[in-house]
Amino acid sequence: MKIRSSKGLERLRKEIIAKMNTKKTVIAICAGTGCLALGCDKVITAFEEEVKKQGLETKVDIRETGCPGFCERGTIIIIFPERICYCNVQPEDAAEVVSQTAQGKVVERLLYSDPATGEKIVHEYEIPFYKNQKRLLLGNNNRIDPKSVDDYIALGGYSALAKALFQMTPEQVLEEVKKSNLRGRGGGGFHTGRKWETTRNAPEKPKYVIVNCDEGDPGAFMDRALMEGNPHSVLEGLTIGGYAIGSNEGYIYVREEYPLAVENVNIALKQAREYGLLGKDILGSGFDFDVKIFRGAGAFVSGESSALIKSLEGKVGEPEPKYVHMSEKGLHDKPTNLNNVETWANVPFIINNGSDWYNKIGSENSKGTKIFSLVGKVKNTGLVEVPMGITIRDIIYKIGGGIKNNKKFKAVQTGGPSGGCIPEKFIDTPVDFDELTKLGSMMGSGGMIVMDEETCMVDVARYFLNFLKDESCGKCAPCREGIKQMLGILNRICEGKGKEKDIELLGEISDVMINASLCALGRTAPNPILTTTKYFRDEYEAHIKNKKCPAGVCKSLVTYKITDKCIGCDACVKVCPQKAISGEKKKKHIIDQNKCIKCSACLDACKFNAITKG
Amino acid sequence: MKDIKTIIEKYNHDPSQLISMLHDIQAKYNYLPKDVLKFISDKLKIPLSDVYQVATFYKAFSLKPKGKHIIKVCLGTACHVRGAQRILESVERTIGVKSGETTKDNIFSLESVNCLGCCALGPVIVVDKEYHGKMSPDKVGNILRGVEIK
Repeated sequence: MKIRSSKGLERLRKEIIAKMNTKKTVIAICAGTGCLALGCDKVITAFEEEVKKQGLETKVDIRETGCPGFCERGTIIIIFPERICYCNVQPEDAAEVVSQTAQGKVVERLLYSDPATGEKIVHEYEIPFYKNQKRLLLGNNNRIDPKSVDDYIALGGYSALAKALFQMTPEQVLEEVKKSNLRGRGGGGFHTGRKWETTRNAPEKPKYVIVNCDEGDPGAFMDRALMEGNPHSVLEGLTIGGYAIGSNEGYIYVREEYPLAVENVNIALKQAREYGLLGKDILGSGFDFDVKIFRGAGAFVSGESSALIKSLEGKVGEPEPKYVHMSEKGLHDKPTNLNNVETWANVPFIINNGSDWYNKIGSENSKGTKIFSLVGKVKNTGLVEVPMGITIRDIIYKIGGGIKNNKKFKAVQTGGPSGGCIPEKFIDTPVDFDELTKLGSMMGSGGMIVMDEETCMVDVARYFLNFLKDESCGKCAPCREGIKQMLGILNRICEGKGKEKDIELLGEISDVMINASLCALGRTAPNPILTTTKYFRDEYEAHIKNKKCPAGVCKSLVTYKITDKCIGCDACVKVCPQKAISGEKKKKHIIDQNKCIKCSACLDACKFNAITKG
Repeated sequence: MKDIKTIIEKYNHDPSQLISMLHDIQAKYNYLPKDVLKFISDKLKIPLSDVYQVATFYKAFSLKPKGKHIIKVCLGTACHVRGAQRILESVERTIGVKSGETTKDNIFSLESVNCLGCCALGPVIVVDKEYHGKMSPDKVGNILRGVEIK
């Protein structure tokens, strides 16, 4: 059934809400990729079977949702309308949860317990992880089934599109986005409204609008969560953008590694077309717009705008020199506007609530919220959405709950392979586009990898260079050769063969790469090295001069030893893949250093802290 | 080549859909056979060198047959700081091949990937389509044995 008018959409919304039995309790279970890794598919099946078994189909609904963000405690279940939150739910818990929920009772043992006080917290919104966030874009992820357009419409979905099409001219939409000061969430932080305007003003036709969901930064997964969990919000933003820019054709470029996002977007496209929210004459407004989905094939550099265009054209995804802007000559040499998933998802909010409202959120030059993937050595890992300008400390300690196993915080890495490592002394820095850049890092797409005293910063720099060595397309020499040489030096340092002048040499190569590389991949590749040599020079020097890895990570510089605490329980002997440990039962064992491959299996297996590395 | 013809027709002989076609072929054969690439080049009138360039540039494509089960070890940053390298080494020891290789009996192919987007649950490995989060080196053996038995 196609909707032919703005009023028709409102009628449909009322019908959907009326059909929804509000008295029914909803058990929302995360079906995102994160919880899938913890076996949520089995949890969902168990709950569905249990509802049938207990004959509660009329009272209780099961809703498979996108990622609610608190991955550390997955599988996460939220019971609506009360918003009771259960953590680490297993299939075995289904019977109890279903029966207790039907009786309006709470299952105490599955509640979140505050690690500091031991207090049990009932509601999702009271848990510190959620309480300190501002979940504008992610907030609906657990309220809707991403495979149902009706769920999205019931929550006010597509009202911004209707408003734009019927109450605003394309110029007014553009003006509103410009006034909102929305900046690109993909990393660059470029002013979105101005970008739209250039594409709109470009003379050639047709024009294209593209969603960049080639989320390649390792450690970042906010775009995946939005695409999987609330695809219609991105589609709505894209369609509004198409209207403002004067484009009738959109593309969504999804990276190969996100099969569930592709699946959910395909369903969303089909449903939107059926309702006339995409296609010819949308909502009877006379505006035509449709969207195609394109699967990437696994290449980090293809997330770069000009490379992504090449990839969409069926070619090798290599970047092009940028003397011609894609807003004038992009896809098929026509004006093209490319924005990141999160940027597009902000648009419906801006249109619905106005730019004045939007400008009240965030810091002076970075408006709105930003989603971060808070991962690494932090207690509460997951996706967090916060207003720009919040400090790093608040994110890591208030929301993240501090460092895992109460170790000491060392650094936080932001901005993916193009970003840098921020040390403890800057922990009170407000997080926004400009402040992070000042520290030599960048916002990037929003990865935030927390590192503790057991993380070696030289190894981290080497990790990123190794990543970039595989991902550099090899087209320009500064990037291709520079990365290779820098990686060689870092490998040498990690092996204890570093030379006196190595740090200076790394700096020189960095200079050349920053000035001479073709695209941002090469120009920003030295960032992980520059920030670590600047803030953690002592660690480099320990590797080079003392041949020591203070964090105990670099294998060549670490030896495993058994101390007098050993009681000869044989636990290490059983796990050693090299059979390098020997000794009589109930007597102290020894490690044969010639056989040891430093896999750390013995250290993990020892219950008596009798094995040291250093 | 009948199947390949169907795939090409599905995308209207459109050369800009080459990547989508290669996806379908890879899914069908588990790799991109040489004669198929030649056939595609003829039909779409794109030089074989261009087809080859695309086929070798992207990680999703392989010119060699892959094993029955594909193991992907995530080496994203979040997994890396939580010891992903040790997981990879443990898998390598268990099945006896290095990353990027296939076992002689064609049972397992081992790949390392850059990020699977389950960063909060690192380290992560994926065996075929099944995700395993919060991995440790000692869990590897059990998971792979489970796959072999199936």
